[in-house]
Parts: sequence; structure tokens; C-alpha cells
Amino acid sequence: MTKEYFREYFTALLPTASFDESGEWLNVQIQPEQWRSFALELRQSELNFNYLFCLTCIDWKTHLTMVYHLSSTVHRQTVVIKANLNRDSPEIETVSDLWRTAEFHEREVYDLFGVKFLNHPDLRRLILEDDFSGYPLRKDFEDPINMIKL
Amino acid sequence: MYTETQIVHNNTKTTVDGALDGTGEMVINVGPQHPATHGVLHLVITLNGETIKKLEPHLGYIHRSIEKMCESLSYRQFIYVTSRMDYLSSHINNHACALTVEKGLQLEIPPRAQVIRVLMDELTRIASHELWWGAMAMDLGAFTPFFYAFRERETITDIMEETCGARLTMNYMVPGGVMYDIHPNFQRRVKDFITLFKSKIDEYNDLVTGNIIFQNRMKGVGKLSAEDAISFGCTGPVARGSGVKSDIRKLFPYEVYDKVEFDEILETEGDSFARYMVRIREMHQSVRIIEQLIDNIPEGDFQAKTKAVLKLPKGEFYTRVETARGELGVYIVSEGGTTPYRIKFRSPGFSNLSALEHMVVGSKLGDLMATMGTLDLVIPDIDR
Repeated sequence: MTKEYFREYFTALLPTASFDESGEWLNVQIQPEQWRSFALELRQSELNFNYLFCLTCIDWKTHLTMVYHLSSTVHRQTVVIKANLNRDSPEIETVSDLWRTAEFHEREVYDLFGVKFLNHPDLRRLILEDDFSGYPLRKDFEDPINMIKL
Repeated sequence: MYTETQIVHNNTKTTVDGALDGTGEMVINVGPQHPATHGVLHLVITLNGETIKKLEPHLGYIHRSIEKMCESLSYRQFIYVTSRMDYLSSHINNHACALTVEKGLQLEIPPRAQVIRVLMDELTRIASHELWWGAMAMDLGAFTPFFYAFRERETITDIMEETCGARLTMNYMVPGGVMYDIHPNFQRRVKDFITLFKSKIDEYNDLVTGNIIFQNRMKGVGKLSAEDAISFGCTGPVARGSGVKSDIRKLFPYEVYDKVEFDEILETEGDSFARYMVRIREMHQSVRIIEQLIDNIPEGDFQAKTKAVLKLPKGEFYTRVETARGELGVYIVSEGGTTPYRIKFRSPGFSNLSALEHMVVGSKLGDLMATMGTLDLVIPDIDR
């Protein structure tokens, strides 16, 4: 299985997806509403991406990007899935039932970026206290007391 | 760790001793939560009698938002902060960051630096596993092993102090190599340590591993299947105790790991004892790696020539290394500047902790300690 193989496979599945092969792994840019069905395909088809090793978010000031690093312990292949989210009301379907590790990671992203994961079983702040206001890892977060700017 | 009964949920009706009305269940807090203690984990557990019904880790008591701090630090500076994540594997954390920056700069590392790095990593791994072994026994109520473990661990920290100038947060690995050359005594002292340590592992086994009470408490406790281990993102000895091949040193070799001989330790039972044995046997493998390299440190530079100000090209860089606890991933998103635009540390402890509830629900409260001890949690690594 090569980058080209995945690329063809994914194009057949999602004709609108765009690809970036410049990095180490194949990057697939999808629409957030496509994520749930795409994740099911990745997890349950013969591709067997059973290991979600990194789930995070990036704040690009104009939008947020969810980044999922997926790997397979059978084929030892890795793909990176990205989905751009609206910054004002970011929402995406949860995948915590497909990869159990996502439950904690999604709570962390919810906590620090404010991304709402639909159908997550227990979406609460993980690290910060429940009444904390703001999302610290967003670029426009201001904390005049604790943050030192260089 | 102490256990204290108190009322935790204001919205749930509880009696004075913490029992939930009408269910016969009780909510208790396990673990201290004072910020002055260096790394604490607070678990809220719902018990029915002595059986765990629900377990909820409360994190964040030592959250420093290292990822946010790194966004305003240069590519040389941010490495120092990462020593404070998993402070028992600080060399390996630094190593991961240095590797990521080097990947971005496409920098070649001198062979001498590569070997020194691997030696330091393996010494760190032994030191970390030793501390775990002592703390693990202490969790089960045996205090003596802690002193045995620290006796040998002290030798390693002394060796580190001599070469790196620090005992815990070494900050020794820098982009391009290592910060200083090794101390003239380094090779001799490491060899002395290895000779001493090989006899001591047998002592550990006599003292704890072979103990029938210890085995009865560990065997069949905290079961984790291979599928669950992968699904929960468990790595390191936790995954290998369930028979999942996850050693990054074997799967994606970095530095000179593809040139040395060592075995990936796998146990298939998936219980606490399997995870215990993985770490004990891993110490032997680390010794093996050190023995192969200690007399073969190539001559030459210990650091590649780098510019004073490092600028990573625009793009994304991901590196993973095997720390004493599992797979550490460093994900840097660069906009071409002197500081990272976004940095994410995929820490092994965070994922390993997420599997804890799954492992202990339905078992007795006493088994919680026997399970949690084998996860080898370092809380600053989880909170970051």
C-alpha cells in the first residue's frame, strides 16, 4: 500500500477530498460532515486503521483545523485526515466509539479549543475547571496575569 | 496515596459518609490533589461495597500549558520546557524534540552524538524503570524495594550529573547533537554500573517478583486485551504486556537503534503481572544496548554545526520516539518562523491513563493500586 493506492482509494470514496503528498504521510483534506462516514470506512474496511495515535486541532485565526493521525498495526501505514471547522461554532462528529482513545483526546480539544464533538458520551472540560472561560490554545486567548509574551 | 471519603458531587444527593442515596453505592476520592506535591492524580471512584462501578480521573492539577508556552519559544528554547513533561524520561523527551527540529532542518547528526544519545536514552530508561519498580512495590505496601531501587538509580543520576550537569531535567540534547562532550569518566562509570546492575536485577527478582503474595495480587488483575490496548492508544510496556508490537525503536528505528541488537519484549497475558515482567525484562535489553555501544563511541564532533537562529521551513513535522512509558509524538506546525506555530505532544501517559477505567471496572478497590502501578503514570506528562 502506497500513497498512490490510498489516494485512489480515497478519491473513489470522496471525490471532493483534496490531497497533499508533500509531507511524510498522505494528508487528506475533507469536509467535517464527511468525517463520520469516512472514519467508519477507515476503521472497518480492509484498510483497518485501528490506531489513532494523535488527535489535535490547529487554530489558523480564520478557521480551526482538526488533525487526525491514523495508523494501522496490521499494514503499518499512516494517513493524516484534516477537516476545517468554522471558528465561531466549531462542530464535528465524535469518533470516540471507533477509537476509544479519542474520548480523552476530544475532551482535551474541547477544553483547549472549544470544538464541540457531536454525540460524544461525556463532553466536559478535562484539564481546566468547569467554570473557566475561554479556550487557551486559541491564538486570540488573552490572560494578562499568567501569560508572558515575548 | 491516601484514600479519603468525602462528598464530591453537589448535585447528587449524598449522605454524610458519601453514600449515594438508595443505590448502596458510595463515591470516594482517591489521591491527593495539592499543587505543591509534584505530580498527583485525583480519581473519583463510585464503589458498590468494594467493587469499582465507575472511575473518573480528574486531571489538570499540574497543567502548565506547555504547548502554549512553546508557541512563544524558539526552536532552541522549547526543548528545555519538555524536560518538565515526563521528568523521568527527560533525555528522551529532549531527544524527540531535537529529532523533530532536525527533521525540519534536514540536519545530519555526527555519529558520535547519535551513539551518546542512545546511551543516554537507555540509561534513562533503566533509571525510570527502577523508580517505577520501587514505586510499584510501594503502591502494594512494600516499602523496602524503594530503597533498593534508589540505590542503583542514584548511580545513574550521578553519571548524568557528571556529564550533563543535572540529575533530573538534563536538557542535554540540542538540535544538531548533544550540548557537551561526555565526561572523561563516563565510559568507566557506565561500565562499572552495568556490572553492578546485572547482579542487582536478580536481587529484585528474589525480593519482589518471586514473592507469592506479590504474584497473587498481580496475576489476573487489570486485564487489557490487545484490541483494547490499540483502541485506547496504549503504547510502551502497557501495550506490550498485551502482546501488541509497539516498540518505536524496532518499528521506526531512529539514531543507531537499527544497528544494535536487542529484543522487543512481549508478554501476552495482558494483566498487571505481564506489564510488570515487560519492564523487568526491558531493563536487561537496555543493558544489552549499552554494552554494545559503550566501547564503540565513534570519535568526532558531538554536535553538528548549526546556525545561531533556527528557522524551520513551512510545513508539518512529526517524530515519534520510545520513552520509558511508550510512544511520545512531537507534532510541529511551522509557518517558516523562528517559533513553532503550533506544537502538540502526544504523550504516552495520557493515552495509557484513558484505559484505566476500562481495566478496573468490576474489580476490587485493592486491585486498582495493582493496576495503576503498572501503568507507570507520570502526571506532568499527562497534564503537560
